[in-house]
Amino acid sequence: MGTNGNIIRKKDLGFWQSIYVPEILKGLRLTITQMFKPKFTYEFPEVRFKPPEVFRGRPVLVEENGVERCVACGLCSRVCPALAIEVQAGETELAKERYPIKFEINMVRCIFCGFCEEVCPEEAIIMSNEYLLAFNNQVEAVFGKEKLLKSAAEMRPRLEWLKVNR
Amino acid sequence: MAKITIDGKELDADPKLTIIQAARQHGIHIPHFCWHPKLSVSGNCRMCLVEVEKMPKLAIACATQVAEGMIVRTNNERVIKARNSVMEFLLINHPLDCPICDEAGECKLQDYSYKYSVGYSRFDENKVHKPKRVELGPRIVLDDERCIMCSRCIRFADEIAHQPVLIFTERGTHVVLRTFPHTVLDNPYSMNVIDLCPVGALTSKDFRFKSRVWEMANTESICTGCARGCNINIWTRNNEILRLTPRLNEDVNSYWMCDHGRLGTFKFVNSDNRIKTPMIRKEEALMEVNWDEAISQVASDLRSYKKSEIAGLGSAYATNEDNYVFRRLMKGVIGTKFVDVVPHVKEGDEDQLLIRADKTPNAVGAAAVGVTSVDASTGLEAILNGISSGAIKVLYVLEDNIAADPRVASVLSELDLLIVHSYEHNETTKLASVVLSASTYAEKNGTMTNFQRRVQRIRPAVATLEADRALGGFSMSRWDKFASPNDRWGKGPRRDARPSWRIVSGIANALGAKFKYNAVEEVFKDLAEKVEIFKGLSYAKIGNRGIALTTENVPTSLIPA
Ligand code: SF4
Ligand code: SF4
Ligand code: SF4
Ligand code: SF4
Repeated sequence: MGTNGNIIRKKDLGFWQSIYVPEILKGLRLTITQMFKPKFTYEFPEVRFKPPEVFRGRPVLVEENGVERCVACGLCSRVCPALAIEVQAGETELAKERYPIKFEINMVRCIFCGFCEEVCPEEAIIMSNEYLLAFNNQVEAVFGKEKLLKSAAEMRPRLEWLKVNR
Repeated sequence: MAKITIDGKELDADPKLTIIQAARQHGIHIPHFCWHPKLSVSGNCRMCLVEVEKMPKLAIACATQVAEGMIVRTNNERVIKARNSVMEFLLINHPLDCPICDEAGECKLQDYSYKYSVGYSRFDENKVHKPKRVELGPRIVLDDERCIMCSRCIRFADEIAHQPVLIFTERGTHVVLRTFPHTVLDNPYSMNVIDLCPVGALTSKDFRFKSRVWEMANTESICTGCARGCNINIWTRNNEILRLTPRLNEDVNSYWMCDHGRLGTFKFVNSDNRIKTPMIRKEEALMEVNWDEAISQVASDLRSYKKSEIAGLGSAYATNEDNYVFRRLMKGVIGTKFVDVVPHVKEGDEDQLLIRADKTPNAVGAAAVGVTSVDASTGLEAILNGISSGAIKVLYVLEDNIAADPRVASVLSELDLLIVHSYEHNETTKLASVVLSASTYAEKNGTMTNFQRRVQRIRPAVATLEADRALGGFSMSRWDKFASPNDRWGKGPRRDARPSWRIVSGIANALGAKFKYNAVEEVFKDLAEKVEIFKGLSYAKIGNRGIALTTENVPTSLIPA
């Protein structure tokens, strides 16, 4: 491909190429040999890929002893390049003083960059291994606390991975 | 004048000044925490250490007077090292919890940490812990751990607010800020200590945790709590006002504003009690209608009365522009003599610092543009008497809840027709035949004239249906800039309100007049041409600090005693 969009194509095909049949046979040979090699695709959706800890799936909020770790500092919201996160802080009697009254991630905006996880001072927002995200409408795509909160136990693999790699 | 040299720059300085003041006058910033231009010098933070030639040790710039031939260095290695050490000491016991601190983003300690600190701590020991959430007064919460003991708040309470109730107790690193036993910090100016506090130790109970400062847009405007017209910033997020803070203007309010102005003058803008569209009373109930219907209804109603049966009350809460167009409608188009403004003066509720007894922002301006009676026979009392006697059948009221006064309310029920511009449902709208939803001071452009006869600008911070933040030149936060229709945070409520000058022009034109105002600038231009004392003024000239009407121009009747 030329840089200005012109397609450069060999003008003159050889004799064997121009009658096509040998080329088709070449292609078929490749296909048939592949058919007898081991498969590396999944029968999606019956069989699903289980990503390793390093994978950046949708961001989730970590819940510990029934409360979110989040202190509603809004740093994730500020760093998010896609402006996907909205946090509204409130005051709590707990030692952490603040908690998110509202925490919403607009999954249509999120680009799975992981910046929110990186900036969070509490390790409260982390990337999960969930990647199946399809919506029927925009409203459905806004995840509130009920969809975002995941127990620390459930998120252990990623938390352990973060301990070593961050 | 003394000749001094600061960082190699030769300056002329008044020998009465200190180094920090002289430097500031010439645009040289010497970092400081405890010094403030309006407070006495306490010299305890040691941040402003500078090198003065021939002095054996570094000197604090806030307490060293300028002298002839003085050579000062604010940025050499010795000074930088000293400053680093001061920062290190200040941060030893500081909690460093910026993420959950309300001051983050506008914190002197945070800013200076970036500029003047080495960026790491050598302190491995445990930090001293102190009480958090200490209530100093009804409006202020203190976090002792964050306090850097600058004593600004103590000096403000003593010297400016004249309520000397704050004091440090305990010693060394265990010092805490307290009020004297059996006292609370509750003076009418108490919340200024929140702005003064260079760290997040003092927070406003009302604003605490509502928003991070970088999420808000701020708009330069004027407080409408009294005739002082303190210069303020309006802070908004998601089309909602979250706080007001004072804005420096030495001619009006210096660095301060009162607590009533700060807390009591913006909540109604966001409230559910707002009138969201124009309304007409049909069969006892107010029905929502569109603007065209409301305006043509008002015009046809007005047509069916004689001009001597119609009276108009302008508003000391509305802008000069609103009142000017209102006067043109009442005195010019309709031709009634009965035009006045209801005063809202609370005798005795004033002081030497800022608070004025006149609780309206624009009483002088309303009168100055002609919304005032020629003599007592057409004034407010005459209008009320006229209504009681049945001589006046129609009353048109600009933004003012006149029926809050029970004496007035009892008279209003005698009217055939009561037209009001209102922000919210109140006693007057209960009696009204037509309610026109008016923009508040935070939703429109315009000018107010304070008691010093100073004309000052207000600017829109909250968008109404007819306005667009970007096209209307509003101040915009990052969220305002990038919100799309499907973002929930772009969906703060917008009301179908209009500035009074636009509503009144619509009615005048429906009555056959030819008011050609498309923008508020055009109203002001017209006003500045027609009203003698505003001659030569323009929005550009008024700027963001306001401009005083020259005394010769102002009729003596307008000059407050
Ligand atoms: S992963 Fe990136 S885009 Fe998604 S919410 Fe976090 S910061 Fe925003
Ligand atoms: S950065 Fe972490 S603690 Fe701060 S608001 Fe986001 S999730 Fe909560
Ligand atoms: S509370 Fe703030 S203003 Fe008062 S002494 Fe402490 S740091 Fe200074
Ligand atoms: S003194 Fe008047 S203008 Fe100033 S803040 Fe208070 S109420 Fe507002």
